[in-house]
Order: sequence, then C-alpha cells, then structure tokens
Amino acid sequence: MIPEKDVKRIANLARLSLSPAEIKQYQKELSPILDYIGVLKKADITKADVTSHPREALNVFRKDEAFKETEEEVGKLVQAAPDKKEGYIKVKSVLK
Amino acid sequence: MPKIDIHGLTIEKCRQGLMNKEFSALEVAKIFLERIAKDDEQIFSYLTLTPELALGQAKAVDRLIAQGRQIPRLAGVPCAIKDNILLKDARCTAGSKILENYSASYDATVVEKLKKEGAVILGKTNLDEFAMGSSTENSSFGVTRNPRDLERVAGGSSGGSAAAVAGGMAIYSLGSDTGGSIRLPAAFCGVAGLKPTYGAVSRYGLIAFASSLDQIGPMAKTVDDVQTVFEIIAGQDRMDSTSVETPKIENSRLAGGQAKLKIENLRIGVPSEYFVKGGDPEVAKQVKIALEKYEKLGAKIVEVSLPNTEYALAAYYIISPAEASANLARFDGVKYGYSQKAENLADAYLNTRGRGFGKEVQRRIMLGTYVLSAGYYDAYYIRAQKVRTLIRNDFNNAFKTADVLMSPVSPSLPFKIGEKIKDPLSMYLVDLYTVSVNLAGFPALSLPIGEAKGLPVGLQIIGKEFEENKIFKIAKLYESN
Repeated sequence: MIPEKDVKRIANLARLSLSPAEIKQYQKELSPILDYIGVLKKADITKADVTSHPREALNVFRKDEAFKETEEEVGKLVQAAPDKKEGYIKVKSVLK
Repeated sequence: MPKIDIHGLTIEKCRQGLMNKEFSALEVAKIFLERIAKDDEQIFSYLTLTPELALGQAKAVDRLIAQGRQIPRLAGVPCAIKDNILLKDARCTAGSKILENYSASYDATVVEKLKKEGAVILGKTNLDEFAMGSSTENSSFGVTRNPRDLERVAGGSSGGSAAAVAGGMAIYSLGSDTGGSIRLPAAFCGVAGLKPTYGAVSRYGLIAFASSLDQIGPMAKTVDDVQTVFEIIAGQDRMDSTSVETPKIENSRLAGGQAKLKIENLRIGVPSEYFVKGGDPEVAKQVKIALEKYEKLGAKIVEVSLPNTEYALAAYYIISPAEASANLARFDGVKYGYSQKAENLADAYLNTRGRGFGKEVQRRIMLGTYVLSAGYYDAYYIRAQKVRTLIRNDFNNAFKTADVLMSPVSPSLPFKIGEKIKDPLSMYLVDLYTVSVNLAGFPALSLPIGEAKGLPVGLQIIGKEFEENKIFKIAKLYESN
C-alpha cells in the first residue's frame, strides 16, 4: 500500500487540500490502481521508442501576429474572473 | 401541429420533411423541446437547455425555406452538444462544480461548423466530470439514466449525448472520446458513435482532458447521420495545430465516393485478445453473430493478434492522468470558475481545487502527479509511452492482414447504477477494448448490433488512419442486410 505520507505529498504537489479522512480514502483507492499499472514492468520495451503523440508531431509555423479581440470579448474574459478591479483580474501577491 | 415520428427522424428525413413543407423547423424544434420537458426529468441527459437559441435558429431556417432558398446540410435538425464543448454565451460546466457558473465566451470550432450548416442546438448534455468516467455517475449534477433501462447507466463519459439520441431528445449529438467516451455510451444506449482519427477533428473549444488522446465525434441513430456530421466537423483548423487536412474524407460523398467497396475483397481482422475470459459471454456471442453475417455477405474473417493488449489499460491509466494533471492545473480559482478565498495564493489554490473537484477527478490528478513526480517518471510515464509505441505497432501489424478490425465495444453490458462506482478499478476495466484505439490514434465506430438480455450490444469497427469512410461503408452493409 502506498504510504500515507506519499499521498499527502502528491496532494500537495497537485494543489489539493484534503482532509485526513480523504487522505486515508485515496490511499486505499490509489493502491490497487498502482498495483494494476505495475503490470507494465513485464512489458519488453528494450526496442521501443517513446510515443508521446499518436501522429508524427510536425512543427506548425505561422506568423507571429497578435489577433485583436473585440472589447466585448475581452470584457467577457475579465468578467469570468472571480476577483477583478477596473478591467483587470486581481490575484493575491505571489512574492512577499 | 403536424404528427412527427421523433424516433424515426434522421437528418435526411428531417431535411426532406422541411423541404417538402410537411413540417416547419420551428415545429420540429418545439416538439423536441416539449419531449425533453416531459421525459428528461427522468433520464437527465441535458444539463443546460438553450431554447432561445434553438427557436431562433429554427426560425432562420424557416425563413430560408419560405424564400425558396437552398438550405444547408443540417438545417433545422435538432442536436445536442456534450457539456465539455464550448457553445458561446451558454453555461459550460464539464460536469464539474468548479465550472458550475461558467459561461463560454466563444464557440468551439465544431460548434461553429454546425451553426454554419444550419444546426438547431437544443442544449448541453451531461457527462462524467471532465469526461473522466464510464457511466456518467461522476457528474457533479446527477446521473444520466439509460433510456433502454432506467435502472442502468447510459455509459460514459458522453452518457448525456448518447441518452439524448436514444431517448428521442435529439437527432444527433456531439461527444468526446479519450478512452472510449463516445463508443461506450453509444453501445450502452444502442446508437452509433464515431471516435475519429486523432487530428481529423479540431479540438479547439473542447475542455482538455488528455490532449494526445481526446477527439470530438458524432453520435446518431444511423451510420449515415454519423457520417454526415463527421464530414461537417472534420478538417484542419488553425486554432488546433494537431488537426490535419482530410480532403479524402471531406469530399468522399460529394465526389461520389471512391471505388465501390467489394465485400468479397474485405478482410475483417478479429483480435483474439478481445475475446478472452472475463467478458460477458452474451456480448461475445452477439459480436460473433455479427461477424457471421459479414462472412455470409462474402467477407473474409481473419484472426489477428494485438499481443500488447494486456498492457493497454495500464498505459492508458498512466498517460491520461498524467496529461490530465497538467491540463487541469488551469483551474486555479483565479481566471474563472469556483474560487475559495484564502490568506495567501497557495492556500487559495489548495482550497479551490480541494473543494471544487469531485472524487474521480482528484483521484486522477493525484495519479497523474504521482507518475510524473521525481523518482517515478521513468518507471511509469516513460515506460507507458514506450508501451504506447508497442500498442501502435500491434495495430499496424494487424492491418497488414486485415482492412478493418472488429471487436466488442466493451466486455460489459450496461450495468446497474451504483454497481461499480465504489470500485474505480472495476469501472476502468469497462474500457478494456476501447483505450488502445486512442493510444494508437486510429478511428473506430460503435455500431448497434442487437441485444443480449434485453440490453443493447455494440460492435467496434476499427479502421486505419483517416479511413473513416471505409468504416462507414462497412457499417452500412450491416445496417442494410
């Protein structure tokens, strides 16, 4: 079983605040899933390259142009933010 | 109001009826909205209805007809959109509390394309939160019931889109498929659904789950309707750099199709790994009956092997949560959606995400974070990506001796609501036969082929990249024989 401290560490990395009861529940639920995906240890991958994408990813080039959005659209985007002031999105300070 | 047989109505029949003035687009839209008002309280396929939009779109079609003008391909045909695809100025929740009050500021490319063809959009359909699930039970707003048996799930994650079509509450719908989310609910509800080739349809305006696996696709009662909608939504889009030009598909019917499919030359590959013990024997039996039908029509059935199948689900449950954990980082309570205030920024993130996301989403974010974290990255994530190569090679090898592959969509029949929700792993196993197709990037159709124990069974037809057209032809052979 995955140790409780690992579940706590992951939850923090994933930016999820969880109650002690939730930590216990996820510990119980994640363990069989981790056991299951452990089956990959058996796979012979010695000759395989990684596939990160189903199609050959080609670079798609375009001109570096800014699209002018209408004021209405910009307004809608700002309006969607939970906290805003004078047309700007308000955020708590990142650095002290 | 004229009598309209809602269940018999296809895109083509609706169009003919409109052009022959048997009924108006407004009448059709009203009949569907009335039906939803009456039946959907029980089934719960819709999260949000857009009656004003639908009636306005219908009136515009009626005006064209009154003026004696040509009407576009989807004119006046009522449809439903999965609620992780943006429809401008309508609520878009992705089935999550974190987006409960979010209103989309633009149309997804697929929605824009439907609108251009005269679509009448009735509303947004229920789904597992962020499309994570196989039963629509993970929706934060309630479960969608299967119109064929109200005690059972509609499948997921596009359960609302499948149930809307099966319940006569839309003629066609859009879903999204990351590991089977179109094909499974289509199979469970007894409708047809296509997961297109990766890159065939633009993902712009689809709320991202796992970007290297997600595709939007159509669901409808007939293969012909699925094809019509697919031809409209497919194609390259400058807003999605992974979308590719698909001229062959787009022009297939306009150009009269390519050489006629000769059934006697058709080789159907049957992966032996998809008929193993553990699956419902009644499902396998129905699929075998369908294969016999193709054989009688002259097709050759060849056994093929996809030897790395046993690793597919494990690879999927590393790659998709890994991508999801990155994609869902954007839900931070700052830009949009649910927000929990706190003393500092880090606590605001923690509290917003701790309360805003549901259980399955949190589980997958943690799983994804785990496999990407230092010390586990190579053992899980890189290994899974290498296994993904093996799985893709398996398909390419199988396609050397077969033109298409056929299998059950799921080893399971539609299960009872509540049956699997407490055991995540048992839920994951429902997608055993669909996830490989997303990992490999191929197109696959779920075709209704009858019943077992009174419940619908779906046949999965997997094609080579961008050979949707061939899949449609083969599926139509089944429908018409």
